[in-house]
Amino acid sequence: MTRLKRRRAGDAVCTVVAILAAFLFLMPTVLTIANSFMTSSEIAANYGAMFSNMTDDKKVFISENVNLKFIPDKVTLDQYKAVLLKSPDYLMKFWNSVILTVPITFFQLLVAVFASYGFARSKGKIKAIIFFAYIILMLMPYQVTLVPNFLVAEFIKSTITNIFYPNGEIPNGLANMRWAIILPGIFSPFSIFLLTKAMKRIPVAYTEAARLDGAGELQILFRIYLPLCRGALVSVAMLVFIDFWNMVEQPLILMKDANYHPLSVFLSQINTGDVGLAFAVGVVYMVPTILMFLYGEDDLVEGITYSGGIKG
Amino acid sequence: MKRSKDPCGRRRVRIASNLCILPSLLGVLIFFLIPFGIVVYYSMINNPNTKQFVGLSNYIKLFSNNAFLAAAKNTGLFSAVSVPLALVLSLALAVMLERNIPGKSAFRTFFLSPLMVPTASVVLVWQVLFHNHGTINQIIEQFGGHGVDWLKSSHGQIILICMFLWKNLGYNMILFMAALAGIPKDILEVAELEGAGRIYQFFHIKLRYLSPTIVFVLILSMINSFKIFREVYLLTGDYPYDKLYMLQHFMNNTFASLDYQKLSAAAVLFAAVMIVIIAVLLISENIFGKDVEN
Repeated sequence: MTRLKRRRAGDAVCTVVAILAAFLFLMPTVLTIANSFMTSSEIAANYGAMFSNMTDDKKVFISENVNLKFIPDKVTLDQYKAVLLKSPDYLMKFWNSVILTVPITFFQLLVAVFASYGFARSKGKIKAIIFFAYIILMLMPYQVTLVPNFLVAEFIKSTITNIFYPNGEIPNGLANMRWAIILPGIFSPFSIFLLTKAMKRIPVAYTEAARLDGAGELQILFRIYLPLCRGALVSVAMLVFIDFWNMVEQPLILMKDANYHPLSVFLSQINTGDVGLAFAVGVVYMVPTILMFLYGEDDLVEGITYSGGIKG
Repeated sequence: MKRSKDPCGRRRVRIASNLCILPSLLGVLIFFLIPFGIVVYYSMINNPNTKQFVGLSNYIKLFSNNAFLAAAKNTGLFSAVSVPLALVLSLALAVMLERNIPGKSAFRTFFLSPLMVPTASVVLVWQVLFHNHGTINQIIEQFGGHGVDWLKSSHGQIILICMFLWKNLGYNMILFMAALAGIPKDILEVAELEGAGRIYQFFHIKLRYLSPTIVFVLILSMINSFKIFREVYLLTGDYPYDKLYMLQHFMNNTFASLDYQKLSAAAVLFAAVMIVIIAVLLISENIFGKDVEN
């Protein structure tokens, strides 16, 4: 009896802690969204102190303190109007993010679907070694992989320039360096790791049965394997997308022309300029990933579960 | 007629699966492995023009470079504190959600949500919170304490840890929840009958079954801890306060000065350190978790 009571009390304490934790976890996101509906003058009044430090010469002091506000005094869509209609700069940077992230996600998955099928379908010593190398590569931080990426990019760029454009005028598509981020991104082995683990769970009996019915390898892959690891596929797509949607390291090193930088880098430069827009830009930037999360949370959780454990 | 020699089509399966791996393997070779070999080579020559072999002198130079030492120290310190914290707290969250509390799936959603919020979107909120006259300092002053300018002081690492935990706890928590659900129920029931308390059960039974997940979470958190550069960069730009100067800052600045020898040596050294740490973790897991694996 006392044991049951103790358990109940423990559950109550846990509920309270969980509610507090949930508040902390949600607060930054909710705050960004709530503040995106403020008028720019309200933002200046509340957060002005934050930015007046940066430009000392033209101090427009409103309040010494930064006032955190959850609920705007007046709800308005002005920020969104300004972002979406009046400042093409942000939309351009948003587009830069899309044109980098979408091809990487799509082609990384395409390459990974085949490769994981190869790894899951038949075993061998050499394949085990290759897979192990992939895991090591997957675990390498950007600080390691960016140096090789940079060398390859420079090599490709100078070779193509020498052969096709000896006079030095290279076309925009080559100069903007998007390909230098996209190509290594496509072959990054993370999704192979996760998909292989999901595919290895598919019982051999399924494939044997399909073979007896005369199915070819491609049919087995597309008719049996892919439908059975739909959750893992959705999950990998989300994880790859958000990782590259967040990219900061690669553009800083590989792209010299800031015009092609994605919004994830550009948002840091917003502080000095139009602060009034920053929250709305932040919200616009999180719309794609939040939508994915709301639609695919269960798949995401399933996929993360597959990723647990380096071995088998 | 060929089929009769190879009734199961094993050969065909093998060829097909090799072909499936080929595109990925080529890409990895071209974009990662071969260039990494070149990076190792670059780290041991004096410059790309004369290509004289100089052994380990680039590495020795690296160790006398103050910027590198500071960056390595800051990054190491950050990882050494934030990774164990991430492990303990995410395990605590998972254990908490295992209990009988209302709205479990909503809590799971809340804790996981920061994973899918772009870093750049919430940077402004972090600035509001951690500014010199910001919310955190106002709260501290309410209670009679003295605020610090978080981003420009040696306490800066504390806010980095907060941001790191906020983003990464959810993912780790899911891994632990799956691992906890996978512990055989009968063993726990027997322990319960024998009179083992919850705490005993947790430390003597559950923790052992969790050991592969613990190792995985440690490795994963370590990799993610090197991505904290994103937050630092978005908050403070290219040249942050000393204590926030990370390895990636060092790499960026070295890229800007085109010093490939220094860069290559740093990358190879970093790779070697990572491989050693991962190997140690995997080996210790093998020893520690051996008796629970079937």
